[in-house]
Amino acid sequence: MTKHLIKNGRVLTPEGTQSCDVRIEDGKIVELAPGLSPEGARVLDAAGCWVLPGLVDIHCHLREPGFEHKEDIASGTAAAARGGFTSICCMANTNPVNDNAVVTEFIRKKALQAGPIRVYPIAAVTKGLKGEELTEVGDLLDAGAVALSDDGKSVKNAHRMRLALSYAKRFGMTIISHPEDEDLVNGGVMNEGHWSTALGMPGTTRVAEESIIARDCMLAELEDTKIHIAHVSTAGGAEIIRWAKKRGGKVTCETAPHYLYATDAWVEGYDACTKVNPPLRTEDDRRALIEALKDGTIDCIATDHAPHHEDEKNVEYALAAPGISGFETALSICWTSLVVPGHLRPEALFNLLTAAPAKILGLDAGSLELGKSADVTVFDPEASWTVNPGEFVSRGKNTPFAGKTLTGLVSHTFAQGILAYGNSHAD
Amino acid sequence: MLKSKDLLGLRNVSAGEIGEILDTAELMKVVITSNNKKTPHLQGRSVVTVFYENSTRTRLSFELACKYMSGTASNISAPSSSVTKGETLIDTARTLDVMGTDVMILRHPMSGAPHLMARNVRASVINAGDGTNEHPTQALLDMYTMRSRLGGLKGLRVAIVGDVTHSRVARSNIYGLTTMGASVVVAGPPTLLPVEVESIGCEATSKVDDAVRGADVVMGLRIQLERQKKGLFPSVREYHKYFGLTEERLTLARPGALIMHPGPLNRGVEISTAVANSPASTIDEQVTNGVAVRMALLFLLTRQKNQMEAAS
Repeated sequence: MTKHLIKNGRVLTPEGTQSCDVRIEDGKIVELAPGLSPEGARVLDAAGCWVLPGLVDIHCHLREPGFEHKEDIASGTAAAARGGFTSICCMANTNPVNDNAVVTEFIRKKALQAGPIRVYPIAAVTKGLKGEELTEVGDLLDAGAVALSDDGKSVKNAHRMRLALSYAKRFGMTIISHPEDEDLVNGGVMNEGHWSTALGMPGTTRVAEESIIARDCMLAELEDTKIHIAHVSTAGGAEIIRWAKKRGGKVTCETAPHYLYATDAWVEGYDACTKVNPPLRTEDDRRALIEALKDGTIDCIATDHAPHHEDEKNVEYALAAPGISGFETALSICWTSLVVPGHLRPEALFNLLTAAPAKILGLDAGSLELGKSADVTVFDPEASWTVNPGEFVSRGKNTPFAGKTLTGLVSHTFAQGILAYGNSHAD
Repeated sequence: MLKSKDLLGLRNVSAGEIGEILDTAELMKVVITSNNKKTPHLQGRSVVTVFYENSTRTRLSFELACKYMSGTASNISAPSSSVTKGETLIDTARTLDVMGTDVMILRHPMSGAPHLMARNVRASVINAGDGTNEHPTQALLDMYTMRSRLGGLKGLRVAIVGDVTHSRVARSNIYGLTTMGASVVVAGPPTLLPVEVESIGCEATSKVDDAVRGADVVMGLRIQLERQKKGLFPSVREYHKYFGLTEERLTLARPGALIMHPGPLNRGVEISTAVANSPASTIDEQVTNGVAVRMALLFLLTRQKNQMEAAS
């Protein structure tokens, strides 16, 4: 196995930021100290760069099996690597749905063949994502599923959701709630507010999200179990979670990079790449989410990477598939919208994308320590670059950030000691 | 001179452009009312109406406008159910484009469809109604009618009454009228008023009397009766009683106020027959003016192309 030496970077370790070198051998981090000599390793000069634990994403869509025209596990993990992610959790809305051990095992097998990025499947809460019969939670856990979610929709029947929470608790499995009341959505394709009225588009009220967040937090409290709320996008949603946490609820939640940068004003022009679920919200929501990240209400950031084929986006807005191809812009968007304006310190942002999400699902990832697997991301905070979806390695080129200039760029990603992304450096 | 190759809506159209369209329409109206309805303005030009929703008056109005100016008018219509299957809108539009179409006129059940089409073709695109967004030529003909009857638009108070949420006529009128210096108040059941509608430049009330009081123009909007089944209002009877345009309610308007409606009418629902047939009603005149406005628009868009082609 190739030995690597990352020199002169600012290294984020559990003990804090250190100016030191990182030696990688046999897939592990074997030395953390300044002034290391090559000793046969390929040397990467990371002067001016952050050297981070490989990023962790607990919410993405890899589309395989069933939707390989959008993405497959090989292209999705390559895109993850380009975005600096080394551990990713993929949602169950494949075809067939990941609602049984066979599909879970298939995903893990394909991921092992694809390369060193670790893929952790999230299985469905209910068979076929239908919101009715529970999946075999124990079997799924044994097969390697790390959480349960019907992501894409809520478990519509509140009683069924309660039963799922109760049963999953026995196996220590976390349920991830996709909070969206489909009756209240009522055909909405963007956030309901000034812009939906101005553009004459059916809007989705924020209460469609907030009411299910409240419901699921209360059900988790009732069953005295944990719950994780996916892609919080509204000020009210964050406020409800703040309240639930104050009551002692075992609630965690995430938001996604696009809600921290873009707003519903971007829908003007009807570009379907701005269509995402939940929809882009208002500037007030965006600011409230940033506050909720600062005060710890929002526990982590997850990409909700949702690749689609161009044919599924280059249609009437109402017909377009919702979702944003997010891996390859995630860290840069967060850096640009959170660190550059001074809302968060760099270390706080990195935590939201590494140790914090790993902790929520109990993944052995997100920490750069001696003896640990060498999952390392090198990030140049000064680089300024313009998003060109044509350069994405994801099959999904669907992004509303095309043409935007962002600050900060992942230059290299090592996963399990292997260079998974980045220009090969000198011996 | 119009700024864009297309007319997708009135939201970003200036007062100068609207004024030019309305001024040109006055000249065109002379043609319609003459015995020789033929001008050469569109000679050699090809216009196609592409309708994914049923329409009688709007499509015929565009067709006649084209024919009166010696253009070639063709039409394709597709039931809206075919939107979701078969050929994509972009492929259909490109096919028409490479056949040499100069102007495409699109009616489509989804908001933003003309914008998608316009981005993908060389031809000019006119929005003839997209989903619940805009219907700019209807608002232009409404403004033309108000201007010719009342002498101008600036300072007018216009009440738009009915299902505002689903009305592309309402949106285009709000944008056009406020750009021209009129004030607009929308009224209807709260379930049929868009959220934050004041943010796009009008007043709003659920009490129709308050909207009608002192108005120079009262415009009724068509209510789709299916909306009752969806829970948006309890009954046609109650709708007419509280939100319909009745003779009694219209006494609150300024004396001499115009009664307008884009048609087709649900008599006895959003408007009583007595009101629709009253001397104050401009419903027939609006239809005539629609042809003139569409002639003006076709002329201005193709003339702009002629000039651009000559310049290049």
